[in-house]
Amino acid sequence: MANGTIAATGKAAEVDFYHVKGRHKGILSWLLTTDHKRIGLMYLVFIIFFFLVAMTIGVLMRLEMLSPGETIMKPQTYNSLFTLHGVIMIFLFIIPAIPAVFGNFIMPIQLGAQDVQFPKLNLLSWYLYIIGGALAILSLFSGGGIMDTGWTFYVPYSVRTTTNVSLSVFAAFVLGFSSILTGINFIATIHRLRCPGMTWFRMPLFSWALYATSWIQILATPIIGITLVLIILERALGIGVFDPTLGGDPLLYQHMFWIYSHPAVYIMILPAMGVVSEIIPTFARKPIFGYVPIAISSLAIALVGYLVWGHHMFSSGISDTSRVIFSLLTFFVALPSGIKVFNWVATLYKGSITVSAPMLYVMLFIFIFSIGGLTGLVLGALNTDLHLTDTYFVVGHFHYVMFGGMGIIFFASLHYWFPKMFGKMYNEKMAKFAAYWIGIGFNVLYFPFFIMGYLGMPRRYYDYLPEYQIWHIISTVGSWILVSGILLMIANLISGLKSGKRTTDNPWGGTTLEWTTSSPPTLENFEVLPTVTAGPYDHTKIHGQEENK
Amino acid sequence: MRPNITQQVDESFYIIMGISVILLMVITAAMLYFLYKYNAKRHPVAENIEGNTTVEIVWTVIPVILVLFMFYISWTGFKNMRDVPKDAMVVKVNGQMWKWSFEYDNKKKSDTLYLPVNKNVKFEITATDVNHSFYLPQFRVKEDAVPGRTNYYWIRTDKVGTFYAACAEYCGLNHSYMYATMKVLPEEEFLVWKNYFPSETGKDTTATKTDSLKTSSTVADTLKNKTDSLKTTSTVRDTSKSMKDSLKTDSLKKK
Repeated sequence: MANGTIAATGKAAEVDFYHVKGRHKGILSWLLTTDHKRIGLMYLVFIIFFFLVAMTIGVLMRLEMLSPGETIMKPQTYNSLFTLHGVIMIFLFIIPAIPAVFGNFIMPIQLGAQDVQFPKLNLLSWYLYIIGGALAILSLFSGGGIMDTGWTFYVPYSVRTTTNVSLSVFAAFVLGFSSILTGINFIATIHRLRCPGMTWFRMPLFSWALYATSWIQILATPIIGITLVLIILERALGIGVFDPTLGGDPLLYQHMFWIYSHPAVYIMILPAMGVVSEIIPTFARKPIFGYVPIAISSLAIALVGYLVWGHHMFSSGISDTSRVIFSLLTFFVALPSGIKVFNWVATLYKGSITVSAPMLYVMLFIFIFSIGGLTGLVLGALNTDLHLTDTYFVVGHFHYVMFGGMGIIFFASLHYWFPKMFGKMYNEKMAKFAAYWIGIGFNVLYFPFFIMGYLGMPRRYYDYLPEYQIWHIISTVGSWILVSGILLMIANLISGLKSGKRTTDNPWGGTTLEWTTSSPPTLENFEVLPTVTAGPYDHTKIHGQEENK
Repeated sequence: MRPNITQQVDESFYIIMGISVILLMVITAAMLYFLYKYNAKRHPVAENIEGNTTVEIVWTVIPVILVLFMFYISWTGFKNMRDVPKDAMVVKVNGQMWKWSFEYDNKKKSDTLYLPVNKNVKFEITATDVNHSFYLPQFRVKEDAVPGRTNYYWIRTDKVGTFYAACAEYCGLNHSYMYATMKVLPEEEFLVWKNYFPSETGKDTTATKTDSLKTSSTVADTLKNKTDSLKTTSTVRDTSKSMKDSLKTDSLKKK
């Protein structure tokens, strides 16, 4: 077979991208690189760093919630911590993680390209990410103290508080540019650099998901950008756009914030859905069930996702008519996600399934994400939302969708593409054990949130009535289980990185193009640019190949 | 007789949750069954199925019907929520950092929300400084208190007892202490209170803190205010304790 020969000669002729001799050596070979793979790995390091920081903050918050009244910190500290937890998790982890790491590293290879369309711009995106992160850290140690507005920065509070809001939102503003530039780069890459034969409907679904995501990034992020600038101007100059004492409208802020931040929810989840659509066919040894509906539903989600921001504001005083319309549209945006879940489960039907670590994470995702999606229905419904909004129920829903959706799939991606990225393999048994442990911890931690929310526990509360304590205790114990699972998983991956066994080019039997090149890939990914003649998940081809060997 | 808002919220919640739980069980059961049945050991060769239009249509149409049904029941409840009965008694609610205050039609003001039993009550909600949210958990409803605008909702007080209002929109340092007690009294008692007792506001120390928000929200000042916040902590506990006590006494009275 053609692919086999290419891979064989490729290995003999060229070294992998880690060992290639470029213009720069040592650390500069990373900081000045334009190689999409190196940039992806540089993102990986910092994204995991920020994830661990925000996770630690989350653990401290759970400790504080262990008993009513003061447990380990004062209210001001708690208010700053939940703000930081949200801001770091969302702007520095959830939004960039999968596109910046795996979009960068894997997507060009999946398309049969040598790099992204604009490699230098790609490096600039990384620097903007780092500058944004550095500004966020700087804001902790400067100005009037750590920001305490919550990650939503609602006015008038964010205008009135003396804490360091301006620098923090400026950090988010800079991060927005990183996101926009990555989006432009990916769209250009997908339009221009697909290899010969790779038509739109032969493109892997991960690339489809990134395509839909990139459009949201380009079109929605400028709105949050200008909104954040308006907060800074309001604080510095009192321009009176949002501040009611100056004739402004606090609801205008909420509209502008959610016009971005609702589509942003899909920036967070769509790439994860793309990864799921890659992993399931690989481990079920068959094509994805309903390729076209899944690809189209990504675009449908991206489109309808723009029209539902008002459901974050049902209790804010928007008109009854707009509440009804937003509620109806919200129920419709739930449909494409539901259809995707059905397609994923149907892909398992009559497959030949191996549950390796990445697949185990995906199965965990389907369970958790379904709970997250289904609990969203009572929040989209008009009368129940007025009870549940701004309670722990919303916090539970959000963590099930975001952490259970994007976070768990980030872990799945790490396990799935680890052998491709590093050419080595982690301990499979340990990885699966960690996955089970994470699954248990996750549900023990977050499920009580639904119960507390229904019982009326408002969110962002430093102190609470004693009747909620039992649920807080269960939840805090869950946080210990979850964190130990995550640390075990990371330790296992690091030990795989150091002393893992060398792996083959295609350890999972994947069918997309990244599995036809060497592990780790060479500098330009392929010795000879590949030509595609069939859909992305054609397992008959792969089995033919194995028989020939 | 209008349907009770609180009951309607609970009914909508249980219906939608019921459907959701069934869907979750179907999805999970199908997934686990396939994982078992089509495990590579039992089923070494996969069948090359790429999709099925009929199935896609079925699992699109059924959810459409389900979500339209969910929308309909929640919309019915919502219409009832927004349609205030004409005979409703109006109470003005004002949120400020970090307390609620209530004003009645005879200009009487109070920090505790006293209401007569078996009456429809309309709350007109606003705020003076930042956003708050007037949340009555036991009545399953809330609406934000936004400076510069007036939001509303109504409830029916159907039993005598003590309840509480919480602030559900984050509003700074003492957000979690922004509770108000709500006492539903027999009508005669309520009228006596409303017409003969003096207005009771301003006894709350947080009112003075409000003016100095700019200074009180830094970490250093929090440390300075240590004693204050400790005091407030104990008040919340006391409130909840007294809430329970008065609930007990109320139920005793009934007997």
